[in-house]
Amino acid sequence: MSSLADTAPASGRWTRAWSGRRRLPLVSVVGATIAAALVLLPLAFLIVQAQQSGSSEVQRLLLRHSVAVLLWNTVRLTLACTALCAVLGVAAAWCVERTTLPARRLWAVALVLPLGVPDFVVGFGWVSIDPALHGYLAAVMIMTLSLYPLVYLPVAGALANLDAGLEEAARSLGLSPWQAFWRVTLRQIRPAVLGGCLLVTLALLAEFGAFEIVQYRTFTVAIFTEFKLGFDVVAASVLSLVLVALSVAALGAELSLTGRGSVLRAGPGARRGARRVVLGRLSAPVLAGLAALSGLALGVPIGSLVYWMVRGSSTTLPAASILAAVGHTAEYSAAAAVLATAMAVPVSSLAIRHRNRATVLLERLAYLPMALPGLVVALGLVAFSVRYAFALYQSALELIVAYAILFLPLALVGVRSAMGQASPRLEEVGRSLGSRPAAVWLRVTLPLIAPGLGAAFALVFISSATELTATLLLHPTGVNTLATQFWAYTTELSYGAAAPYAALMVAISAVPAYLLSRRMGTLARAEGPR
Amino acid sequence: MSRRTPLTLAALLASFAPALALSACGSASRGGAAITVYSGQHEQTTAALVKAFERRTGIQVAVRSGDEAELGNQILQEGAHSPADVFYTENTPVLEALREKRLLARVAPATLAAVPSRYSSVQGEWVGVSARVSVLDYNTSLLASSQLPDSLLALAAPKWKGKLGFAPSETDFQPLITSVIKLDGLATAERWLQGLQANGKLYPSNETVVAQVNNGESAIGPINHYYWFRLRAELGAGAMRSALHYYAAGDPGDLVDVSGAAVLRSSSHKAAAQAFVAFLVSRAGQETLAHSNSYEYPLRPGVASAPGLRPLAELGPSPLTPAELGDGRQALELEQKLGLL
Repeated sequence: MSSLADTAPASGRWTRAWSGRRRLPLVSVVGATIAAALVLLPLAFLIVQAQQSGSSEVQRLLLRHSVAVLLWNTVRLTLACTALCAVLGVAAAWCVERTTLPARRLWAVALVLPLGVPDFVVGFGWVSIDPALHGYLAAVMIMTLSLYPLVYLPVAGALANLDAGLEEAARSLGLSPWQAFWRVTLRQIRPAVLGGCLLVTLALLAEFGAFEIVQYRTFTVAIFTEFKLGFDVVAASVLSLVLVALSVAALGAELSLTGRGSVLRAGPGARRGARRVVLGRLSAPVLAGLAALSGLALGVPIGSLVYWMVRGSSTTLPAASILAAVGHTAEYSAAAAVLATAMAVPVSSLAIRHRNRATVLLERLAYLPMALPGLVVALGLVAFSVRYAFALYQSALELIVAYAILFLPLALVGVRSAMGQASPRLEEVGRSLGSRPAAVWLRVTLPLIAPGLGAAFALVFISSATELTATLLLHPTGVNTLATQFWAYTTELSYGAAAPYAALMVAISAVPAYLLSRRMGTLARAEGPR
Repeated sequence: MSRRTPLTLAALLASFAPALALSACGSASRGGAAITVYSGQHEQTTAALVKAFERRTGIQVAVRSGDEAELGNQILQEGAHSPADVFYTENTPVLEALREKRLLARVAPATLAAVPSRYSSVQGEWVGVSARVSVLDYNTSLLASSQLPDSLLALAAPKWKGKLGFAPSETDFQPLITSVIKLDGLATAERWLQGLQANGKLYPSNETVVAQVNNGESAIGPINHYYWFRLRAELGAGAMRSALHYYAAGDPGDLVDVSGAAVLRSSSHKAAAQAFVAFLVSRAGQETLAHSNSYEYPLRPGVASAPGLRPLAELGPSPLTPAELGDGRQALELEQKLGLL
């Protein structure tokens, strides 16, 4: 292990992830292989289907004027929303994690919750305030307000996990606070920011429901048209591969921006939380800004739910059926969150600790399904399981696997940023003291990456709880979830009856968000050496 | 940081083990139900029909509700392995698409005979169960019924600029285009659709159209009659600021959309599946339908529709049958060409 000694900095220096010639851990390889197999399922489905189309069909589909318009709409929306989400997400995370903002725990929950509001409710809430709201700017606003938590959450986790030593060293060398933020803090959290932006981009590529309501037409419209009105799976698959190509571009861009190495914490394991910036007179404007953000992102949709409940004459079925739906939603979402997080750990671990072409390719591959509409992923699972795993078809396990495939990228970003910050030297120390690899992992690595695991769990849980398309196709017959019941009532125009289900989706999303905020609260406190 | 973290995680994982184990049994217990119905029909209507059927026959029915186009794609993927025995839909194009892929079995002749043949598949592979009538919804504060056109084609006239709202991506809208294509030709249909595009606000769904006409955001909107009745049921009659106007007989707008049912060719419980489809068009089934809150017309002669609906017989036969509307491919391509989809 001489390379380790050579590259180990004396203190406070940026270091690249150590990538020595260590043997690949079998557990990680097995875990990552399972993840890869699952992720490849929907992609294989698309390729098999698309192969059935001739070149003239492909030309008819892709060389239409309307397709060019839809692609342009998708690209300009994605660029604007991603940039806005980055700014809002980083600013909000910094205020919550690094300042003396009042009621921080409350903000930590409120800022995550917009993710738990179904698209349909968001869109409907805005359209009922202003029926004329439609088009590009409306789509940018609505999507930014519902997706910024994808940046906020990983960045908040990275900020909480940050070593104060680097910033203090930068300040002692004469940098102003603002310079220290740009040159030190931002560079440390860069993987988290870029990871969050990647998630926003992928989510936008696959989005459909919210745009329908504000009449903004992106590329997914073309895919859904072939599926739902043309019943043409081949054409829909050809078009879906365009989304895959777009996401490959986004993944490549993110990879080159993040750089090869990841940013390690410099210290030898002793971690102190950074001193919080005293807001003082700035408290009021910062509070007003956060209140405005939450009011728009959370207040509008919740307001429309309350309006439905008060105004609608339809009422919901007995409380027992609601409770059962809550139970199923919580159970499936939690299981999916555990599964996705468990798959994200070996994938991230290989890509960071054993970096080579194969492991990086695997990690990139795992992001692709998120850019595909849920319908594509669900139909891919249908096609596979009816032929090769019929016993699992339309079982709870299959639905959980579908959620885990769809939302694995959310888990990856959370885990990756924590894993990048955890120094492998600590693991080396553990091993040099005679601990077995498994024990080192449990006692050293796991505690180090725990905040990232928490963020991963929360993101996947919340997204699964509001997922609808795969749920309708794959749920066990006779089992209702909050999303299926909400859907059933809204298609009946029974908004009064539908509203409690949407409200409960938001409410159960608050649980992981709250648990996460507690963990972050404890992390941000000063801690001595273990 | 707490050292309990690994333990907490282990406990969390362990707590889901029963869920996963249970899910593995889930598919086995599915064998307990005699037939499985994939339904794109409104959930509460389907539930009422299933309950009545189970009580009469003792055959257990498992229902999977969903968006009918997504269910149609699901059946296409399942192919010969489909767990579905019956597919019950709100529109017929999806049934026609499955028929063209040879995934449907013939419906029993006695079942087909229960409703007028014009409402069922020409090949007898799906049967019409209930119907909706295409109408023009208008805001009563903005317009009087005398100001309304008798023809669907008139909606493209410049006088309706800014007043029209419609939902071009809805499965109810393509039949209107198909109807114009079949009765007046493709060129007329294209000009007409361009006129609509110039005049109208585009809404994502018929539910939005009916709501926005009611609150005056749009003055008129082409919909199927039952959206208006359902909105009235949700808001109460006092909150209705809109009413329905019927197109002249023989007009392309004078159209009946049919909800249909089919037995899947792959079904391994064909007798029970046929019994269910037969029940849908039986007197008991049709009366259940008429009394549900779906506000659709029962198709079996002699069964009265819900109070307040203008009787189907009074409306006269529309110029095109549902089967003649086909799978709607031409309408779709026209909408794509004009950028409406």
